Amino acid sequence: MAINRRDFLKFSAGTGLMLTAGATPGQAAPKGQLPPDAVGILYDATLCIGCMSCMVNCKKANSEPGGALYHKETAGLIPFEYPADDKIYDAPDGLSDKTLCVIKAYRGGEQADKASQASKSGPAFSFIKQHCLHCIEPACVSVCPVAALQKQPDTGIVTYNKNKCFGCRYCQVACPFGIPMYEWEKASPSVVKCQLCNHRYAQGKYSACCESCPTGASIFGKVKDLQEEAKRRLTLKPGDTYAYPVKRVDGAERTEQVVSEYVNHVYGLEEAGGTQYLFLAGVSFDKLGFNPKVTNQVYPEFTWSYVSHVPALIGTLLVAGTALRVVTQKIEKKKNAGTGDAP
Amino acid sequence: MESNPNIKTWTPTTIVMVLLIIAGTVIAVYRMVMGLGASTNLNDGYPWGFWLGLDVLGGVAMAAGGFIIACAVYLFNWKKYRPIVRPAILTAFLGYLMAVVALFLDIGHPFRLPHPAFMWQYHSVMWVVAMHVIFYTTTLALEFSPMLFERLGWEKARQAVGKVMVGAVIFGVMLSTLHQSSLGAVFLISPSKMSPLWWDTKLPFHFLVSAVAMGLSMVSFETMLSGKFLQHKVDKEIFYGLARGSLIVLSFYLLLKVYQLFAVASPGMAFDGSVEGNMYLLEMLIGVVVPIGILSVKKMRTNINTIFSVNIMVIVGVILNRLNVCLFSMESYNAWRGFSYSPSWKEFLVSLGVISLGVFLYKMSAKHLPLFSH
Repeated sequence: MAINRRDFLKFSAGTGLMLTAGATPGQAAPKGQLPPDAVGILYDATLCIGCMSCMVNCKKANSEPGGALYHKETAGLIPFEYPADDKIYDAPDGLSDKTLCVIKAYRGGEQADKASQASKSGPAFSFIKQHCLHCIEPACVSVCPVAALQKQPDTGIVTYNKNKCFGCRYCQVACPFGIPMYEWEKASPSVVKCQLCNHRYAQGKYSACCESCPTGASIFGKVKDLQEEAKRRLTLKPGDTYAYPVKRVDGAERTEQVVSEYVNHVYGLEEAGGTQYLFLAGVSFDKLGFNPKVTNQVYPEFTWSYVSHVPALIGTLLVAGTALRVVTQKIEKKKNAGTGDAP
Repeated sequence: MESNPNIKTWTPTTIVMVLLIIAGTVIAVYRMVMGLGASTNLNDGYPWGFWLGLDVLGGVAMAAGGFIIACAVYLFNWKKYRPIVRPAILTAFLGYLMAVVALFLDIGHPFRLPHPAFMWQYHSVMWVVAMHVIFYTTTLALEFSPMLFERLGWEKARQAVGKVMVGAVIFGVMLSTLHQSSLGAVFLISPSKMSPLWWDTKLPFHFLVSAVAMGLSMVSFETMLSGKFLQHKVDKEIFYGLARGSLIVLSFYLLLKVYQLFAVASPGMAFDGSVEGNMYLLEMLIGVVVPIGILSVKKMRTNINTIFSVNIMVIVGVILNRLNVCLFSMESYNAWRGFSYSPSWKEFLVSLGVISLGVFLYKMSAKHLPLFSH
């Protein structure tokens, strides 16, 4: 993609305005390609047994200092979401300001079309894990006016700085996947979203959801390895056995499983310009809660195609306005000289 | 100069407005203490609601009259409109102040409102918008200041501002043009959420053109009200001129929207009985089609009462457009996700309070400042 700081400076320099803008470090400049050490997750719905171990451990790990659910006021408390009047277990219905990662179940065609379902469109049941997809070119980062959301240059993780955020919630409007959630009930609210356990890498750990996944449904690793692994799985023959990596794509732990039938698509390879969270499933992705209107377009380009023209427009409008004034004043003078009466 | 003795401070309408301002302030304080969840029905599907759609998007569109009339008088040298320059600039200034008040309450951390000024992120349309609000509100304050200086008798300051006035107008026209379009550009990032009845790569241009129509009608509307209630009569030719302007701009806007309906969306979408389709038809009929129909008849275009009604229709229509873009265009997407939104009574009351504050300040300016003497 043709967006970079140099282009912007060229625009700015042309009008002599906003020159200092380029000097700010840590700008969320869309870069167009995967960072070399980008990390991500591959979720294979055909391996998921719906144990929700990922959800539980995500909540636990992120309630620790540095985690995406950590708050000074409630330090150490895990933000459970109990069903009404029944404080027994954590049961969120979806992503929320207290839940970064959620497992949902799809049940399709339970009655009449059961037979046709099974034969035509594969299994009528699937789990799906939702959390931030860490886009290669994130819409949320590009729209954030205060650079509270940033894409880490090395890992590509989309992180959030709650001290910068002033709460315009443009990220929620912009995210094509509907991921960022807001703490509506708080007087001092923040945006909440998965930050791929960014706080755990310093301790030698990695994403809690993958670390705790017993079946290999969620695996962590370099995005390039994950992409290869995902593509390899699509070439496997259903019914054969395959040694699926568990927890990490580059780890030694493997599990022998019978290969199920996959939908021939790796979700996240190209969607929204590509994401660092990839999905494989046996049920079409439209049925698993993915917005079918999300395209492979790079979302930040939609607004950049406007913003990149702003400096030039500023210059044009100033010149046009001045020229107009000069011309009309000249006409005015001529008119007055002709008739001889001043207004 | 003296305050205008013809304008009575306490009329029944003013008392109602002051009560609304007080009620709005109470709710605003409640919002500051308890947070957005307690005072609004906003949710993760509709992070932007009534305050943003009406007070910010609508308020800024209403303020467009300021830059249009200033441009007509100072840049095009159309002297006919000189008597309404000051009211138009005041409206713009108050409109932007109202938008800032609404933004202050709407963002999660009100006291971090100046953050964009320090934490630059120039890829964001929102940052561009924020900078425009800062610069344009300052420019409007400067354009407005002569009225204050005249009242205070600060002749030197008055003259100093007079010297830079033309520069301020040119700067203001540039900022305003860009700000109106940038507000449309904000929504360019949501093609997979918004109905194509509104989403289009030309959305910034649509916003600009509809804001110009709104600005012309708003100036005409308030000048009529000032004539009736604030004893400020102007030449009828001004209204005829503004109505002609509205007709031209609205016709152009209709062309843009019809092109979009066929090229980006499909005509069927408008008539499929869905919430989006109906809201689209409502907006287009009230704000564009019927006004064009009425204004294209010369007899109607030169009748003050007809123009008055058309003005109201255009204002309502463009406000509807802003609410549609902000809320209703995402109706099916959010229904699919399981979100719905209707503003709470607290949101209504704060909005009414903010609008009342604007009207009240306008009236007080008319009474105490040389608003109509030019």
